[in-house]
Amino acid sequence: MDAIDRRLLDDYQHDLPLSSDPFNEIGEHLGISADEVIARLHHLRQGGAVSRVGAVVKPGTAGASTLAAMAVPPVWLERVAALVSGYAEVNHNYQREHRLNLWFVVAAVNREAVGMVLDDISRRTGLEVLDLPMQQDFHIDLGFGLQWT
Amino acid sequence: MTQHLDSIDSAITVDSIDSAITVDSIDRAIIVATQDGLPLVARPYDAVAEQVGISAVEVRARMRAMVEAGSIRRIGVVPNHYALGYGWNGMSVWDVADDDVMAAGAAMTALGFISHCYQRPRLPPHWPYNLFAMVHARDHGAAQVLVERIALALGGMNRGHRVLYSTRILKKTGLRLTG
Repeated sequence: MDAIDRRLLDDYQHDLPLSSDPFNEIGEHLGISADEVIARLHHLRQGGAVSRVGAVVKPGTAGASTLAAMAVPPVWLERVAALVSGYAEVNHNYQREHRLNLWFVVAAVNREAVGMVLDDISRRTGLEVLDLPMQQDFHIDLGFGLQWT
Repeated sequence: MTQHLDSIDSAITVDSIDSAITVDSIDRAIIVATQDGLPLVARPYDAVAEQVGISAVEVRARMRAMVEAGSIRRIGVVPNHYALGYGWNGMSVWDVADDDVMAAGAAMTALGFISHCYQRPRLPPHWPYNLFAMVHARDHGAAQVLVERIALALGGMNRGHRVLYSTRILKKTGLRLTG
């Protein structure tokens, strides 16, 4: 990753131009062509440094979501984790160090649909699923500062 | 309810879930069409327009309106903390009195290194914590330092906390809505 890649990552987390050819505008700022901007972003995405280039949507805007937690007996963890990850509505699923050892985010079209997924997981596993929906969201409008050290 | 906590830092916003802005079906189609990111082509909004069935001018106008309304927070490059070496994903959780939640959330966010801070319900007896803040760091020690800084910022508002480190990522995709 060179200095231009770092600038792409640092300087364009906000305000991607809403113009017909945004990558051309970025290229003009960085002194490279639009094609090179696109090629570099492709490369950063393939390498995993960039998850996507697009909109970050406020939670609850176009659907409902919740954070769910389960205390899964360790011997069952693999099977339960695979079952949970199998739902299209589950978009993050982490094993964490706690009695509540499985944490995942469920997103669906509305609150009812989220509840149906939680109920289904509980019914299929015979385990309780804690439902921890966001009530308030504190955020800083400046993106995440990366330390290039 | 959306409030800007001007007294602390004008960049900090707090959104209640009840404030969710309802978007119409075309806005929703734009969000669904772009949830995996904009296509990396010379004219990305043209490609979105084609998929949604409206003009690119309307796509951009609607996205701009969603940014202004706050339903889109930002449009840009979304870094992947893991791949960048911020592999210690600690979910710090805090028990703060209900009356202190606004001040505590603002104080945490003002530290500048927390990507998300959410209030969630307590579920006694299983779960006593009501404020969640993700901490991303390069290693365990660096993550602990950040957690200590949060504890310092909360002072007496902190009635108890812990950090749940992720031992494994079992699935990770972006926010995904079915069209």
